[in-house]
Amino acid sequence: MSLAKTKHIEQPTVLYMDGVSVSFDGFKALNSLSLFIEPGEMRAIIGPNGAGKTTMMDVITGKTRPDEGTILFNDELDLTRYDEAQVANMGVGRKFQKPSVIESLTVFENLEMSLKGGRSVWQALTHKLTGAKQDKIDEILSMIDLKDRLYEDAGSLSHGQKQWLEIGMLLGQEPELLLIDEPAAGMTDEETMKTAELFKELSKKHSLMVVEHDMDFIEALDCRVTVLHEGSVLAEGSLANVKNNQQVIEVYLGR
Amino acid sequence: MKQEIKGGPLTRLIMNDVAGRRMMMIILAIAIIVPFCNLVFPEGSALHVSTYTMTLLGKYLCYALLAVSVDLIWGYCGILSLGHGAFFALGGYAMGMYLMRQIGDRGVYANPDLPDFMVFLNWTELPWYWFGFDQFWFAMVMVLAVPGILAFVFGALAFRSRVTGVYLSIITQALTYALMLAFFRNDMGFGGNNGLTDFKDILGFDLQADSTRAALFFASGIALILGYLISRFIVTSKLGRVLVAIRDSESRARFLGYRVEWYKLFVFVVSAMLAGVAGALYVPQVGIINPGEFAPINSIEMIIWVAVGGRGTLFGAVIGAVLVNYAKTYFTGAFAELWLFMLGGLFVLTTLYLPKGVVGLWAQMKDKFMSSGGGGNSGITTGSSSGKSSDQKTSKEAEGNA
Repeated sequence: MSLAKTKHIEQPTVLYMDGVSVSFDGFKALNSLSLFIEPGEMRAIIGPNGAGKTTMMDVITGKTRPDEGTILFNDELDLTRYDEAQVANMGVGRKFQKPSVIESLTVFENLEMSLKGGRSVWQALTHKLTGAKQDKIDEILSMIDLKDRLYEDAGSLSHGQKQWLEIGMLLGQEPELLLIDEPAAGMTDEETMKTAELFKELSKKHSLMVVEHDMDFIEALDCRVTVLHEGSVLAEGSLANVKNNQQVIEVYLGR
Repeated sequence: MKQEIKGGPLTRLIMNDVAGRRMMMIILAIAIIVPFCNLVFPEGSALHVSTYTMTLLGKYLCYALLAVSVDLIWGYCGILSLGHGAFFALGGYAMGMYLMRQIGDRGVYANPDLPDFMVFLNWTELPWYWFGFDQFWFAMVMVLAVPGILAFVFGALAFRSRVTGVYLSIITQALTYALMLAFFRNDMGFGGNNGLTDFKDILGFDLQADSTRAALFFASGIALILGYLISRFIVTSKLGRVLVAIRDSESRARFLGYRVEWYKLFVFVVSAMLAGVAGALYVPQVGIINPGEFAPINSIEMIIWVAVGGRGTLFGAVIGAVLVNYAKTYFTGAFAELWLFMLGGLFVLTTLYLPKGVVGLWAQMKDKFMSSGGGGNSGITTGSSSGKSSDQKTSKEAEGNA
């Protein structure tokens, strides 16, 4: 299950990571991690705590600089050279593990702020809500099912609704690649299944990388699965395939 | 969607802000009536306002503008600056330098170019940084530019290095403390610990004359209104919502693609300039500026004004500044040695029992009253830390009823 060491894979990739290593005080959080995601692909990432899932998202989104390795976005942009805001504006959206919406702004204001473009101070000061933006917000609202909470503070939403609002804010950014950290955490079973449906819908237009622990959720996503362990890829394949992998059972599933 | 009052930018700004509009009307009325009563009614008349009272109220207006500038960064962007007094004092010094140059040869040593303290120090010529301050327009540019540039340089270093929270507070405190020590030195050329004083006139008008005092008072009121409107424009724009996003979740704002450091820098510079204007209006009214204005305790007091009034509302800052300073005037007269304890106690009590300040208390009582009485819409329902206008909530309710 090893990947090519240099970028001579035949197919185009939206995200290409090769030999990425990060260490914190001698601890190797990522150990020569190699992974690629094709355009339009949905990928689930699983692995025990400390496997490097969040660190992986940090290096992709410019929060952490890797010690070595290549990270390419759309086969050309070297993501290791940009910071969080730049990476976000290139088209990589990120959802945190803990829902992080702006609690004292309304649902509407949260979404309005997420809409693509107008990131400079001057543009923000002179911003006007156009019909096109309003339409985009309406479109997102119906996807995330928060139409009737439009003018309520985001802080008053339930945990699951906050998760959805944050996903909605990612959509507002119109990213090509969405990195989503434990979306189903704290959701009811029903909400979890609804979220899985939403992601399947999204994968028609975007590439997604979903980190999750909930096996039912992963099953519902019905996509390729990568297992991380100690900072590198342990196994990759269909869920059924991965589940029967002896090593995976030992380090992760078996416990 | 929202039931906003349409119109030009200024119309919308004013008409969609019920509580702020009421307060601005009151301030405008005070800015007109107080000087009127001072100048028109003779001493001894029941309607006469003494020059002492007018000057005192003028000080409060300057403090209120300063409080608005603090609320802009702390209430909306979460930047707890414990050194905002530095920008106030620098604006004050810029004005003080102009007033010193206006004295001309009427000083004790009758030197037409050098202020008295320089003659006293045996200086023979004016330091380069005093050039231009004989021109009013130049001094006014400096009132904005000096605090603005300092805030820009300091902010660029701090925000780009992502210094936040308590660390930022500490270095802002260090900034004002360092400036205080520097300004205490005679060879800095700002009058050492005596500061700048003995002012004679401004734009040719005698500073001791009631009419000049009245004009300065009026100017302070107008400056407060303009400062409020500028701040209100910023916080109600999308930029204001980005500031709130930075306050509530800085990393979310970053991952949404906003350059957090530029936003912080913008609002920090605007705030420093407003503080500078407040200082410039303060100095001719109190007649002196000295390094004591840089004292860290002053900057901490400003935070208390805003906390007491209600953080993140702008008009709450105005109310807080006036209330606390009125209390200070009263108590430092009556029980001088107790004042600092009372100030500390006030801050603790506000933090514990009035997290949204006086404005929030008002809103709570209104809510109680309304839920028992039913119906009716108060202008002040905000008090919420988000700083969104009461009218937005009103429109939400209206929508609910529709």
